[in-house]
Parts: sequence; C-alpha cells; structure tokens
Amino acid sequence: MKSFRPHPPWIPWLFLSPFLVFFALFASWPVARSLMLAFEQTYGPRTKAFVGLLNFQAVWHDPYFWTAVRNTLLFTGGTLLVQIPLALGLALLMNRPRLRGRAAFRLLFFSPSIIGFVFAGTLFFLLLEKRIGLLNAGLHTVFSHWDPDFPWIDHYVMTSLIIASAWLSAGFHMAYLLAALQNVSGDLLDAAAIDGAGPWRRFWHVTLPGIRPVLEVLVLLTLITGFQVFDLPFIFYNDSMGNGPNNQALTIVTYLYQTGFIAGNLGYASAIGWLLTLALIGLALAHRHLTRTEDPSR
Amino acid sequence: MIRRRLGRGLLMMVLVTFGALTLLPFVWMVCAAVKTPADFIAYQFLPGGPGFLGIAWDRLTTANFFRAFTVLPMGRALLHSVFLASVTSVLSTLCCSAGGYALAKFRFAGRGFITTLVLGTVVLPAALLLGPSFETVYHLGLVDTYAAVILPALTPAFGIYLFRQAMLNSVPSELIECARLEGCGEIRIFVEIVVPLVRPMIGTYLALAFIGSWNNFLNPQVMLQSPERYPLSVAIFNLRGLYGSDYGLIMAGMLISVAPVMCLFLVLQREFISGLTSGAVKG
Repeated sequence: MKSFRPHPPWIPWLFLSPFLVFFALFASWPVARSLMLAFEQTYGPRTKAFVGLLNFQAVWHDPYFWTAVRNTLLFTGGTLLVQIPLALGLALLMNRPRLRGRAAFRLLFFSPSIIGFVFAGTLFFLLLEKRIGLLNAGLHTVFSHWDPDFPWIDHYVMTSLIIASAWLSAGFHMAYLLAALQNVSGDLLDAAAIDGAGPWRRFWHVTLPGIRPVLEVLVLLTLITGFQVFDLPFIFYNDSMGNGPNNQALTIVTYLYQTGFIAGNLGYASAIGWLLTLALIGLALAHRHLTRTEDPSR
Repeated sequence: MIRRRLGRGLLMMVLVTFGALTLLPFVWMVCAAVKTPADFIAYQFLPGGPGFLGIAWDRLTTANFFRAFTVLPMGRALLHSVFLASVTSVLSTLCCSAGGYALAKFRFAGRGFITTLVLGTVVLPAALLLGPSFETVYHLGLVDTYAAVILPALTPAFGIYLFRQAMLNSVPSELIECARLEGCGEIRIFVEIVVPLVRPMIGTYLALAFIGSWNNFLNPQVMLQSPERYPLSVAIFNLRGLYGSDYGLIMAGMLISVAPVMCLFLVLQREFISGLTSGAVKG
C-alpha cells in the first residue's frame, strides 16, 4: 500500500484512543488485577495480603465449588441437548420449499431471544409455579391425571432452568441454522437425489456438511454461555441467593458472585473466575483443534 | 398429490404448535397484567363472562399499571433503562467503529499486538472482570453512579471485531487514498466516507448494544446501590423479592420492561435478524 501523501503516524492512535482508554480501564487492567487478586486474601477493597496458591487450594477443596461445577455442567449439557436439536429441527422444517409465512414464523421463533434472562427468568418463575402457573394448568387440561401442583421449581431445578433457557434461545439458534441451510447448494441436493440418495442420506452427506461450520459455532456458543450461566438461577431462586433447594441451582458464576460480592472475598472469587477462564480457554482451543484437523480446507 | 398436501398440512401443524408454545408465555403475561388478583387465580388467560367472545371485558383492569407507576417507581426505572441503553449504545458504537477503522485500514507498529490483545479477551468470562472493574470504579469514586454502569460496557471485544470485519469487507482502501490525495482531513474521511459505507453494521450494532444494555442485570446490580437509581432489570428483580405474590403487579412491571425492546425489535427485525445471521454464514 503506497500513497503519495501519507497520514501522520499518530492518526490510527487517534481513532483507537477512545476504545483503548476504556478497554484498558475495564478490560486489560481488570484481567491483570484479577490475576493478582487470585493470589491475595481480601475482605473489601482496603485489606489484602499475598497468600500464594492458598485461594486455589481452598477452592479446589471446597465442596460447594464442585457442586457448582456439577450443576453448571448439567445445565450446559442439558441446554446443548435440548436447544441445538430443537433449533435444527425447526430450521429444517422452515427450510421446506414454498412454505407459507416463513418470515412470520422466523420472527415469532426469534422474538424470545430479545428478552433478557432477568425478564425471562421472572416470567418463567411464574409460568412454572404450582397451580397458578400456565405449564401445570396446560398439562392438566391435556392430560387430566397431571398433578396441577407438580413442583417444577421446588424439585425439578435443572429441568425448570433448561425449559426457560430453551424458550429463550432455541429461536436464536434456529435463525442462524436457517440462514446456513438456505446457503446449502440446491444443485448439489438435486444431483444427490438424481443419483438415488434418499432424504436421510442427502441430509447426512450434503446438508449437514454444508451447515457444519455454523453448527459448530453454535455448539461452542451454547457451551460458553452455559458455563457462565448466572441470571436464570439467581432470579429463579433469589430468596436463597441463587442456591436453590439443596444447592441444586448453584452454578460457578453464582458461587463467584456470592463469595466475591456477598461475602466480600474478591481473592477467592478471582480464583474461581480463573478456573472458569481456564475451562473456557480449553473449550475454545478444543473447538479450534477439532474444526481444523477434520476440515483442512478451512 | 394427496400425500404432498397431507405432508404440508402436517408441517404447518407442527410449526403452528411450536409457534403457539413460543407465543403463549407472552400472551399469558399480557393477560395477567390486566387481571384482578381474583381473576388471576380463577382464569389462566382472560376471565370468562358474558361479553364479546365469552370474555368478561368489564372485569379487566388497569390498576396494576397504575400501581406500577405510582406506588412503585417503574416509571423512573423505565427512564433509567432508556437513558442507560441509549448512552451506552451510542458511545459504544463510536468507540468500536473508530477503533475497528484503525485496526482495519491503517498500518502501524503495534497493530498486531492490539488486535491480539483485544480479541484474546473474547473468551474471558464477564464475571472474572466484575470484581476488579468494581475496584476500578471504587478508586475512581464512581460507585453508585451511571458512569459505573456505562463505562465498563463501552468496549466489548466483539464490537471492535464486528466493525473491523465490516471495514475490511466494505471499505475500499483506494477510496480512502483518493480522498487523502484530494486533501480531505482524516476525521472527515472517517465521518463522510467510511461511516456511510458501513451504515448497515452501525444500525445492527446500535440495536444490539441497546438491547444488551437494557437486558444487563449483573453489572447494574453490582455497580448501583441506591434503589432510586435502578434500571428495569434490577427493579424487576427486587420487585419479585418484595411483592412475590402480587402477580398482576409483577406482570405489569414485566410488560413495561419488555414492551419497549419488543417494539424496537419489531420495527428493526429485518436488519436485526439478517444483519446478525449474515455475518455468521460468511465467516
């Protein structure tokens, strides 16, 4: 790139400066600071002492932390198994040629993802309530022996959280998958049909490879957001700070919030945060590794 | 022929069923917001009665909304949400578009380093930064101010990434070179040439940042302490703690919280969905 009238060298820095100032204050510095904090014992912003790996050791031997890890993995696995197949199924149905009202359906399915978790959580807490909630009433109308006092929130903690999450996110994934499906070459599908491939084989050998990049990104996205779930359990079980009955709703980030902001031990919370970060980095690296080795063309 | 028609009917039925399942929570919320407590217990949707369509229209009430705005400070919380989301989205768009322009269209020492530094933070969980961000806010003396909610939200890594990609794809370097040769100032090049070329991305990002800020719960929950400064997300959370069994009131508050972004989404839906999904499919 050559130009006869080069720009002064500080021009790119001028454009970058507003971003960099706030990024340094509220991203770079906090990252460095959280790494320091993870090795300190803190009670409030004023008192601290370097304690080496003590925070990590304590977290590692903390049974609540492992409960939180277990619940987080359950939630993440559940949302993955419910949302992605549901979204893919809907997207495949919506991709049928000459479907009437496709744009309207897409808008309808996408609309819940505009709502924040805090609002969806409040709504679903009431929807899942005993007796007054819509879900039990609806199930009781359809199946007359369904118990209208079925205790979704009190006993089926993860199921309740996953139902709310599926309502909120399935349409979002569907919109991405539909866009990917509409990019799959029709010629290729026709050619496969002429060669005698049935619908199942056409899906497996033509459609699925075509949407694989998008599908992989959505899986990674579901895993990353699942690992960081906070709002939903915190709102569902706000009377117990997000713990839920028998700590069944305690997730990694709710525990981080409780130790850091309720108990005021930012060092302990940072140690939890870094363990979570390492898990996320591991996920991202695994994703990159898997998508690279199996598809050398990309 | 008959089989095909049957198949299409079945397809419609499945889609309509899932559409109804998606829509019912919204409908239930709207109905609950206009019912009296007695009717809320007695009827799942609108109360039955002798009126048009078998519904007792005269039993519906606006008392829940009236109370939400008078007894509860929902009006104030609504204003705070509008203020926070507008300021955050506009400032964030400015920071990210200018930063993305610098990373995409200039060669300078440190560009590679900054790009890696910024994009590396994509995998960092927001919760990790919350504690130290609160500390920074504390040392700046900004605890319990709107700045404490706005400033940390201005520079998400994906924002500058989106703009960098948009500039790389749709702003020809030759155009910038030409303008520079003609003696056009650097700021004018950005404002009058670059920004119009990435207008679709600016629209999408503005809407995304607005809705993201509107729905953000954790940050204002940590940074704000006085209830009179709460935005809707935090206000709704506390509402359920304080008025747990006053379902009509909660649902009226929910409707006030959800309706503005829903309207925004319905107006901008085409830009919104296609703007979001086109990036994913290309990338």
